[in-house]
Amino acid sequence: MPRLIKDSAIVEDRWTVVREPSSLAALPLETPVIVPLALWKSDRNALATRSEVGVWLKPDDDPGALAGDFASLPLIAVDFPKFTDGRGYSTAKLLRDKYRFTGELRAIGDVLRDQLYYMRQCGFDAFAVRADRSLEDALKGFADFSDGYQATVRQPIPLFRRRTTAALVTENTPAANDP
Amino acid sequence: MYRYDHFDHRLVAERVAQFRDQTRRFLAGELTEDEFRPLRLQNGLYIQKHAPMLRISIPYGVLSSTQLRKLAHIGRKYDRGYGHFTTRQNLQFNWPRLGDVPEILAELATVEMHAIQTSGNCERNITTDHFAGIAADEVVDPRPWAELIRQWAALNPEFAYLPRKFKIAVNGSTVDRAATLVHDIGVHAVRNETGEVGFRVLVGGGLGRTPMIGYVIREWLPHDEILNYLDAILRVYNRFGRRDNIYKARIKILVKERTPAEFTRAVEEEWQLGRGGPATVPDEEIERLASFFTPPPYAKLKGDDTGLRALIADNRPFDNWVGRNVFPHKVPGYAAVTLSLKKTGVPPGDVTSDQMDAIAALADRYSFGELRVSHEQNLVFADVRQAELFRLWTELKGLGLATPNIGLLTDIICCPGGDFCSLANAKSIPIAEAVQRRFDDLDYLYDIGEVSLNMSGCMNACGHHHIGNIGVLGVDKNGEEWYQVSIGGAQGENASLGKVIGPSFAASEMPDVVSRLIEVYVEHRHEDERFIDTVRRLGLEPFKERVYATAH
Repeated sequence: MPRLIKDSAIVEDRWTVVREPSSLAALPLETPVIVPLALWKSDRNALATRSEVGVWLKPDDDPGALAGDFASLPLIAVDFPKFTDGRGYSTAKLLRDKYRFTGELRAIGDVLRDQLYYMRQCGFDAFAVRADRSLEDALKGFADFSDGYQATVRQPIPLFRRRTTAALVTENTPAANDP
Repeated sequence: MYRYDHFDHRLVAERVAQFRDQTRRFLAGELTEDEFRPLRLQNGLYIQKHAPMLRISIPYGVLSSTQLRKLAHIGRKYDRGYGHFTTRQNLQFNWPRLGDVPEILAELATVEMHAIQTSGNCERNITTDHFAGIAADEVVDPRPWAELIRQWAALNPEFAYLPRKFKIAVNGSTVDRAATLVHDIGVHAVRNETGEVGFRVLVGGGLGRTPMIGYVIREWLPHDEILNYLDAILRVYNRFGRRDNIYKARIKILVKERTPAEFTRAVEEEWQLGRGGPATVPDEEIERLASFFTPPPYAKLKGDDTGLRALIADNRPFDNWVGRNVFPHKVPGYAAVTLSLKKTGVPPGDVTSDQMDAIAALADRYSFGELRVSHEQNLVFADVRQAELFRLWTELKGLGLATPNIGLLTDIICCPGGDFCSLANAKSIPIAEAVQRRFDDLDYLYDIGEVSLNMSGCMNACGHHHIGNIGVLGVDKNGEEWYQVSIGGAQGENASLGKVIGPSFAASEMPDVVSRLIEVYVEHRHEDERFIDTVRRLGLEPFKERVYATAH
């Protein structure tokens, strides 16, 4: 079974990303699937009868299109066709902070060690690292920085509100509302 | 100036360690060329024609003498004993070795410097007025705000992979010395009738292939909302900026295609997400940042130095230098001095390591150990006692840094061009030198008066050619280097983009072309009219006629 990083640990991946399903009938049975937004929108009711379904978003998909589904969807994946396409970072930020999505938020596609720290700051908690790369090596990416200046999904309190108060306590500890 | 605390030091140290490991993995074949490229670019490292080029960040152009000495040392130890100051107020070294770069970054970290985001599709160095804090026309000191924005931009996780590079400039004066109208975002610090500070926000200016003047998308932004608002602009750009065509990927294209009104609406809506949230800037943080930019311990002086007038009357070269290179200071008895990096025969913006050491010593003696880099590629001592101007001038002359040409035709803004840069279509440095040699007669140069000549070796416009009164752009015609000339560009609060006068010229024709443009001006100018004013009054025609009647 393929593996991925979930919450800073390497775990087995039960989910299958369905990249281009020709139809609803072409979906694998009995296995949790992550379907494209377009299929979810066209066949939402039929898909909802399956036990485990997630949705993946292209870089230009509007995360707001899932309004109404955020409470019920267990998993949303965001695709990075190339790691240099940074739209997925903002998609993640909106899913967490605007739409209050609390399920698994997974980065898929060209997911590499050197971007993991940024991805996690933006609210991703699962990382399907590209298949030809070592997950053990990728884990090291999280340790690139202990802290940053900005307010992020993971650390909503910007550094300037933490510099003087409890400076040492907050170091490298996720914020209370870490998804 | 801003000083690092424990957090800043750790962040930069971690960045150095990260890049050291990335470089190691690249050299070991664990990272491909394509995977490494964006990582090295965001650490300031280009691969150039002859060698890598490393661009070091000088936040809003402020530099201490200690930092300058470190740059001198790096130039000597890892490069060929010189560096080049850029129009983004940064410094580049043209000959470092790839394997040495992590070590250079580690050395920079010891003096609170780095090369973070000096290149790549991310937020670049924040620039501002090189006379910040000392100009009489200043409304708000922009430096604390530039520092606030610098920290927000540095390693911002959401905006590390933008469609294209992104440049922000901050201005706090009634006069715009930071070219804010041609930035992706221009931030104008202003005061309302009660004296409260707020911001006017401009978006969508820029040079490059499609030059544009920025649009005001908000006349008044409460100062504590600045980061929330910038977040909103960047998020709209990150999500919707074009990524299908590198030449249409800057925010100016998005603003234009969506229309400024529609773009503004999107930003205002996005702003609501962060508005009033944790990134709203508390007064304590503004005060903390402002405390780094308090005035140095000036001597209490009555007014203008009385001896200066006599020295000026006595000494024409000194008079020239004071007239061109000395800028008034808001504190009585002080002045700001521009060190010209535009001596004929030296590539504009270049300084040797020996000069850097000497400048650092002079900054310690004459200007509280601090200096600034201007986007015109000169250096500034901001706090010099008028009574010491003559001695300083004498010393600068000995170093070749007292050319009295600030604001004149030979104060050329110029990118490194085809001699160094692999993007360039044509060389720029030899053209600058040829023009400087043509106008080596100081009396004639002074008679011409204020005129800016900006030159870029390619469309990327590092030499800001669109906003030069005379703009020169290197173009490639069937593998040969040609030069396209525009006139009528200007920086400042009345910024305008130059118009191309016609077909391009060979390198050898360029001094004559500039001469003829100047001749037309001298013949037609009204009293007290600058070159740009005459061009605006007469239009292109008389200039075109003269240049093409005789050149072709």
